[in-house]
Amino acid sequence: MAIDTANASPAGHPDDRAIIGPGYTFGSVTEKISAIVLTRRVPRFWWVGFGIAFLLVMMLNYALAYLLLKGVGIWGINVPVGWGFAIVNFVWWIGIGHAGTLISAILLLLRQKWRTSINRFAEAMTLFAVACAGIFPLMHMGRPWFFYWLTPYPNTMGLWPQFRSPLVWDVFAVSTYATVSLLFWFVGLIPDLATLRDRTNNRVARVVYGILAMGWRGSARHWHRYETAYLILAGLATPLVVSVHTVVSFDFAVAIVPGWHSTIFPPYFVAGAIYSGFAMVLTLSIPIRYLYGLEDFITSRHLQNMGKIMLATGLMVAYGYGMEAFEAFYSGNPFIEYLQLNRMMGAFAPFYWALIFCNIITPQALWFRAVRTRPILLWCVAMVVNVGMWLERFVIVVVSLSRDYVPSSWGEYRGTVWDWATYIGTIGLFLCLVFLFVRFLPLISIFEMRTLLPEAHVPEAPLPAAAGTPVPQEVK
Amino acid sequence: MILPLYGVAAEFEDATKLVRATERARDAGFTRMDAYAPFPVEGLSEALPIGPTILPWIILVGGLIGMVGGFGMQYWCLAIDYPFNVGGRPLLSWPMFIPVTFELTILCASLAAVLGMLALNGLPMPYHPLFHLPRFALASRDRFFLCIMANDPKFNAPETAQFLASLGAREVTEVPQ
Repeated sequence: MAIDTANASPAGHPDDRAIIGPGYTFGSVTEKISAIVLTRRVPRFWWVGFGIAFLLVMMLNYALAYLLLKGVGIWGINVPVGWGFAIVNFVWWIGIGHAGTLISAILLLLRQKWRTSINRFAEAMTLFAVACAGIFPLMHMGRPWFFYWLTPYPNTMGLWPQFRSPLVWDVFAVSTYATVSLLFWFVGLIPDLATLRDRTNNRVARVVYGILAMGWRGSARHWHRYETAYLILAGLATPLVVSVHTVVSFDFAVAIVPGWHSTIFPPYFVAGAIYSGFAMVLTLSIPIRYLYGLEDFITSRHLQNMGKIMLATGLMVAYGYGMEAFEAFYSGNPFIEYLQLNRMMGAFAPFYWALIFCNIITPQALWFRAVRTRPILLWCVAMVVNVGMWLERFVIVVVSLSRDYVPSSWGEYRGTVWDWATYIGTIGLFLCLVFLFVRFLPLISIFEMRTLLPEAHVPEAPLPAAAGTPVPQEVK
Repeated sequence: MILPLYGVAAEFEDATKLVRATERARDAGFTRMDAYAPFPVEGLSEALPIGPTILPWIILVGGLIGMVGGFGMQYWCLAIDYPFNVGGRPLLSWPMFIPVTFELTILCASLAAVLGMLALNGLPMPYHPLFHLPRFALASRDRFFLCIMANDPKFNAPETAQFLASLGAREVTEVPQ
């Protein structure tokens, strides 16, 4: 872009340490991010991408309408494998969401300043991923219009939900997660919505952004409470994000199905969730940063750090797979041992080995700086991990259920065209929401980017010269 | 000016000038004033000064309500209103109630954080006198404002304006109600 007068970065720093390009001011940061929404022409790739995503949403609508008409029999689920694609996709999407909360909450508490330019975007991704995830258990219920039976409400039968069941915990965990993610995201947006309100020339946009900004005016007293609220929200979201995938893993681990009933599930699910989430953040942020020319804000350092987190969580996941295999043979339990052998050599063996290739072997490339500094390679690794994490959930759900304890209850499973249409349709929904988000809301937190600039730091001692006026009776 | 004044606002070009000016206004004895900035400026809370907010206590109360309410709801539902025996375990099988209790604690605390922050800030507030100033739109971009309100005991429009101008303000404007 236009601004590349190198000055701010000290001593010709190679640009892979910087978290913001040199030469920016409060005004130019504001300008550059808000222009994507307010003034720049909507680029052609946006229309093409949105159009394709929209078509996929139409396919999703069609698949769901047909599902409501015919029932869950149109899916591949059957008696031993009652969960199938719906739960595979649910876990996959929920996991993807986790990176957003990790970036926005945990990295905030750890004072990782580099999170600033990717947090807004990653939080939006969380919300959209949770929205996609929510569709699956809802539709899998078969009669989704009775979803409110899951909530404790006084009813004529005097019944209550079974609070001792992980499936009910899941309802609370996922709905709390969706609500808190929305609150966190919206609170982060308020000052930027005020910026958009003040910058737009369009009347309708001013009214809409004005209503959403709720009269934010940047008062120091407001900022004070705002920062307190934001920090505490981050503190609340941190245990929440760990709890959500833990509860999701309880759906499996509390059951006695071989391959599920294992204490390693909670940590291994949480690591896997963060792993897949960072893969998705990279999958989206690499093209967006290129297409919108945001290399100064989402720098090479951001991509490298995300690559490192992927490598670390990928190794945790690898440890999880290793422990699963070890436990199978060390436990002496023939059912678990059989399950593990069946994973490796049974009908679904190609899935298992593809998953090992995608989730363990491929990410080892991230040890090399040459890979982490090349966005295209990084993007390819991230895509492979996206696929791998889907396969992981497929192997967990389908292989275990299709080979239960008693051979008489064994079965086979394959997804139907409706399973695939629903799954790909939710990818379309996700992309559609992402496209709308980058079109109508600032995809990078403008006010937090301002705080990264050197001018944002107020020196401790009074500077008479900088204050512009002679300072006669300076106290303090 | 016919309208009663809300105060006098001074515009500054950078955060440091704003903090220094605020410190001097405070030292000059002004108490009813507020500063406006496009991002949270360090040192401004001490300069104004802003005391600690009660928001953390509101959040704590929200969290406690969620915790007690969540646990109580489950206990009441499954042990009192409709005693539900699962595998002969005690009705107060509290470890099984922890996940929902935890989630509701977080949910209520987060709602308290956001709603409490908005309520204490008096938001939503569609109208505010400062929005009269055409240049105040820059407070969400790259400019910094200090406004001394008319209800300050030391306030006197021309003198206060002059005082603000002497602090290195780019522009000083009277703000109508």
